[in-house]
Amino acid sequence: MGFNWNWEFTWEILPKLMHATLNTLMAAGFGYAIAVVLGMVFALAQRTPYWALTKVVREFIEFIRSTPLILQIFFVYYVGPQFGLKLGPWTAGMIAIGLHYSAYLSEVYRGGLDAVPKGQWEACTALNMSTRDTYWRIVIPQAIPPALAGMGNYLVGIFKDTPMLSVIGVAELMHTANAIGSSSYRYLEPYTLVGIIFLAISLPTAALIRVFEDRVRRKLGLK
Amino acid sequence: MMEDLSNYPLELTGDNVPMVRFLKVTKRYGDLVVLDQLDLDVAEGEMVTIIGPSGSGKTTVLRMLMTLETINEGVIYVDGKPLTHMEKNGKLVPADRKYLRKARSQIGMCFQHFNLFPHMTALENCMEGPVQVLGMKKAEARERAEELLELVGMSDKRDQHPSRLSGGQQQRVAIARALAMRPKVMLFDEVTSALDPEVIGEVTNVIRSLVEKHNLTMLMVTHQMGFAKDISDRVCFFFDGKIEEQGAPEDLFGNPQKERTQQFLSAVKEAD
Repeated sequence: MGFNWNWEFTWEILPKLMHATLNTLMAAGFGYAIAVVLGMVFALAQRTPYWALTKVVREFIEFIRSTPLILQIFFVYYVGPQFGLKLGPWTAGMIAIGLHYSAYLSEVYRGGLDAVPKGQWEACTALNMSTRDTYWRIVIPQAIPPALAGMGNYLVGIFKDTPMLSVIGVAELMHTANAIGSSSYRYLEPYTLVGIIFLAISLPTAALIRVFEDRVRRKLGLK
Repeated sequence: MMEDLSNYPLELTGDNVPMVRFLKVTKRYGDLVVLDQLDLDVAEGEMVTIIGPSGSGKTTVLRMLMTLETINEGVIYVDGKPLTHMEKNGKLVPADRKYLRKARSQIGMCFQHFNLFPHMTALENCMEGPVQVLGMKKAEARERAEELLELVGMSDKRDQHPSRLSGGQQQRVAIARALAMRPKVMLFDEVTSALDPEVIGEVTNVIRSLVEKHNLTMLMVTHQMGFAKDISDRVCFFFDGKIEEQGAPEDLFGNPQKERTQQFLSAVKEAD
């Protein structure tokens, strides 16, 4: 069997794959939005004086980080209904991947929060600021810039993990490529295109994140 | 074990209520006694300077007053009312968070390392407290912040972030930021210790003008004996968690009575 690239077939399947790319981007975007917010909630929950809450969140994060994403996706989608949680593939997928990455992001935030100097907290006390204002206006804005690099890595990470959602039938890139392959018996073109599309999005995104990080630091006067 | 606080008054009354009173205040870190049954009064408008060797508990006095440290025994009063404790059913109990927030609103503090908010400009640093905590309108807070930056000679740098300012400039902004909250008591914790020698003067001049022109009660911890001698109403020499000797600056520096005071002052002189 030789190398046998069919251009005609390539052009034929490209629109389908481009459409699936939109779904992939949407999955990554929604999943990441959940992870960004929930990750911060998890990070802050571990800093409350309520040790039971801290412990539960800590264990939950450890559990998520120590088990495979694909298992978590299956679990939410197939086991969820047994607990009365009947979700479509999209919703189940977003919850699973959002939860998964929120565990990782909470660790990134935690590092950023811990890095804010003690003197900043003391200045807030001296200005009689509330705990809420202290976090929201002083601590979190200083915790984010050092966390941006890690946050960016996980944005690319979640994007590259979206093919896992194909196992529960989310019509993203991988799922579409598989479908094309099994109906036409041609796998070379769809899989190659999927790879190229991932590469074409990942690389510029990583570069953009670095530019963005630099801008934020400048804007906040941290550089 | 709960401390018996029945001997402490619920509030201070009478003619000469001090602005600040430490009543038998003890602070311990584990077995280490940092402050031992401290009694200290500061009158309204008085400038009291605390000197002493490191580890003598000087900074802890200010940090307790700012509620950055809890105390183990005793009660601190500010303007006649308890700061570290609150009244409950006619008895003093340790203050809760809500009470502390109210009580400490009368106190402002400047730190050795300035602790300005790095993501805000000088002006924003001075507006943050008034807007977020006092609920002041932005325009009003800005006007006041501009006045205060003028007072400390930092008007021209008001739109700069702290990273663009020298240590002396940052400290002056920090003083303006603290004043913006209109405290009755200002605490200066070694505010010149982290500065290069050539910029110390710009900060001490600001404090000097506050002493001369404003009726603020001030407590200052410093290693600058000359400055302390110049501007203080009273100087307290701390040793081993206690006030070893205190008095008017000309007495304490000119004619110290206790041996430890003499030793400390001559050691500092030699180092200068």
